[in-house]
Amino acid sequence: MANYSLYVNGKTHQVEVDPSTPILWVLRDHLKLVGTKYGCGISQCGACTIHIENTAVRSCQIPVSTIGNQKITTIEGLSEDADHPVQKAWESEDVAQCGYCQTGQIMQAVALLKTNPNPSDEDIASAMNGNLCRCGTYTRIKKAIKTVSKLT
Amino acid sequence: MKSTNNTMDRRSFLRISTLASGGIMLSFSWLAGCKFSKKELLAMPKEWFELNSYIKIGENGVTTIYSANPEFGSNVKTSMPMIVAEELDIDWTNVVVEQANFYPKRYDRQFTGGSQGIRRGWTPLRTAGATARQLLIDAAAKTWGVPASEITTSNGTLSHKASGKEGHYGEFASIAATLEIPKKVDLKKVSDFKIIGQSKKNVDGKKIISGQPLFSIDHYQDGMLTAMIVHPPAFGMQLQSFDADTVKGMPGIVDVFEINVFKDDYVRNAFDVAAFPKLVAIVGKSTWEVMQAKKSLQVKWEPISESTFNMKGWGGDASTVKVPSGLESSKDQEAKMKEYSKKVARVLRKDGNPEKAFKNAHTVLERTYTAPFLAHNTMEPMNCFADVKTDSATIYGPSQAPELILNTLASSLGMDKEKIQINLSRMGGGFGRRAYSHHMVEAALISQKAKAPVKLLYSREDDMTDGVYRPNYYVTYRAALDKDKKLLAFHVKGGGVPECPVHENRFPAGAIENYLAEGWEIPSNITIGAFRAPRSNFIAGAEQSFLDELAEVMGKDPVDFRLELFDRAINNPVGTDNDYDAKRYVGVIKLARDKAKWGDTSKSSKRGFAAYFCHNTYVAEVIDLDYSNNEIKVDNITAAVDCGIVVNPDAARNMGEGGITDGVGNALYGQLTFNNGKPDSDNFNNYRMIRHQEAPKNIDVFFVENNEDPTGLGEPLFPPTFAALANAMYKATGKRSYHQPFARS
Repeated sequence: MANYSLYVNGKTHQVEVDPSTPILWVLRDHLKLVGTKYGCGISQCGACTIHIENTAVRSCQIPVSTIGNQKITTIEGLSEDADHPVQKAWESEDVAQCGYCQTGQIMQAVALLKTNPNPSDEDIASAMNGNLCRCGTYTRIKKAIKTVSKLT
Repeated sequence: MKSTNNTMDRRSFLRISTLASGGIMLSFSWLAGCKFSKKELLAMPKEWFELNSYIKIGENGVTTIYSANPEFGSNVKTSMPMIVAEELDIDWTNVVVEQANFYPKRYDRQFTGGSQGIRRGWTPLRTAGATARQLLIDAAAKTWGVPASEITTSNGTLSHKASGKEGHYGEFASIAATLEIPKKVDLKKVSDFKIIGQSKKNVDGKKIISGQPLFSIDHYQDGMLTAMIVHPPAFGMQLQSFDADTVKGMPGIVDVFEINVFKDDYVRNAFDVAAFPKLVAIVGKSTWEVMQAKKSLQVKWEPISESTFNMKGWGGDASTVKVPSGLESSKDQEAKMKEYSKKVARVLRKDGNPEKAFKNAHTVLERTYTAPFLAHNTMEPMNCFADVKTDSATIYGPSQAPELILNTLASSLGMDKEKIQINLSRMGGGFGRRAYSHHMVEAALISQKAKAPVKLLYSREDDMTDGVYRPNYYVTYRAALDKDKKLLAFHVKGGGVPECPVHENRFPAGAIENYLAEGWEIPSNITIGAFRAPRSNFIAGAEQSFLDELAEVMGKDPVDFRLELFDRAINNPVGTDNDYDAKRYVGVIKLARDKAKWGDTSKSSKRGFAAYFCHNTYVAEVIDLDYSNNEIKVDNITAAVDCGIVVNPDAARNMGEGGITDGVGNALYGQLTFNNGKPDSDNFNNYRMIRHQEAPKNIDVFFVENNEDPTGLGEPLFPPTFAALANAMYKATGKRSYHQPFARS
């Protein structure tokens, strides 16, 4: 067990956990930030996507001991009232079916649009390929991302 | 206006006063755990008045509609309350939808599956809305001293033209809640619908995109422990012993013990499917700590002997189910299916004299189709929260069918059913898997033994390897043709491990003079169950691929050929038990043909067609492919659907797009094989699922416009996709696809 000071969504949190604990489980079990989902535990589904600094990463693969003072953003920290442009596009396309993977999809899309504000279909498919949606909402996700890129 | 007798059981209309004395329901609100938006908080009334089990209205007019059915992504939580709101005649923006807990005294059918939610809910939900509306009218009539028949409603307001009196529902809710329930109510004319037929956004949409706790996996509470199971590594194995000491001293580990899902001699119900009733449970303080212990636990397994258990069918009669021993492998199963396909089988249906027709045939076309086991792989793995005390139990978890697990919970816990409260979480996918809710019993038993609130979590590996799979199927089709290539007879003979996929009364039965359908089964100890459009999810692909090839052999266009068969089924049907409406079938075929411009040579030449009817809904699809450098990409899909009245059009399209994408994915990649009883895949690195790069580029879903009562959409678009894709792949590559997954061959 060790103590860590984590900077999550603009606030500092203290946790005492085993150093090998993936940040996914620190967020969920200890900080109760449950928007970051467990899907596979082996970085194959993207449901646990968060941002470390501005990069989208799979939180199931990152031990808490490696974070240091880097800035963590989860879906809960993306906006105050679900009004980030990507969230708004998701709402306007009514993307979700079961909804479980969508927070990970949104975090991945936000990171994509930061580096590539006008992605082509191929750019979208390639950047989002690690995010599984079992319900098959891929065509709507693509539309939502394109909506955002048109707005900005 | 259509009049309906109030045939809903009186218990469905319990009043709030009865409820208050009823106990645990009102003291337990999961809604309290959700974050409301500012707008919602401002709108919350001081007092609620419950008009029936679906509706409560606040003094300020805000209306809560309870969604009774569990939500797994088909959007029933929005679409079903829309039906109530329509007949209540209220402004949808004043409606708050709340998930009802499992409460069989208030709701007749809290089951999500079989694409039946909207279909079976249609009249009861309309009646619930109309009944509450009538109570409000009666309350206003009493207050104003005017005849009820002179009062009209609109968007949540009541008015009496002659006296100029007007008020909103909230003002009359308290009186309405005390009045006698009307015996007969009027339902709206379809042409008067204001909400049904208009697209409404997912009521949980905002919570989903902001990551609020909606799923049971997201539930945490003080003192809650986390549990995981350890199950046998292979089907045909069972727990022999385990060494608790190997993990007991590990950090955060609280307890390790054995549980048994079923009491000895318990008569199971049809959905009590669990491959591994005996499990080891590890209970600890955090997920990661329990995961570490799970890796370290030393367990001994042993092969099972052949055994039997008693199971109740849908009719209630119990029969004995035999579980064979042995460690099964896919290669052996394939060989066995081939062997069984040549044996004498059960005749399911016979029209005319097919034997004679085949004997006299000039040509016989014979093709065999197969499909492997599939894992459901819901994105949210199986999990459940349980808090079992000495004399009560609270279960909060993802179940499509809470009513089917309650008896088992009661038996396994040794507790009266009345003491067990099941609360329904949003589910991160279902696809049939969560109709089998033994995860609820496991969580409850663990909580009971640990004497603490517990959340049980399956790892992805547990979820994939302790499944209730889509069976392994095999079917052979034969068609007899005369020298002029006229169709004389048709024969379908199919089976599987352990279930037969043939629907003997479906098309083309009824359209062919000489017809024979036969079936067979091979017993197995691998657990199987409903998977999105059970049986249809295989047989549609096989049948519609065979008809495509048959049309080609006969020198006909595949769409024209189907329409010719339906002409026969409409004008001179063979037999009387034909399980489809040929005219509605023709409707979707023509709509898809026209929308996709089938036959227009300027369009893609790499296109395939399929049509199928299942779960009460008719679907036809055209798939266009992009094919270059030996790589297949799904370019465009046009689907035509007849599900009667479309309640929530955009959500209906979303469901269709999902079903189609799922179909493409499973047709190309879906496969779970076994080696000595052990599944060869256990996570997404070795079980291929469709991803963004393989998703269809564009999907258009069109609906036949009619006023038929609505039917469901969760399943029907899935099955025909397999065949439309196979038929398009043939046009692209020149090779027919007979064996799923197609990307394998």
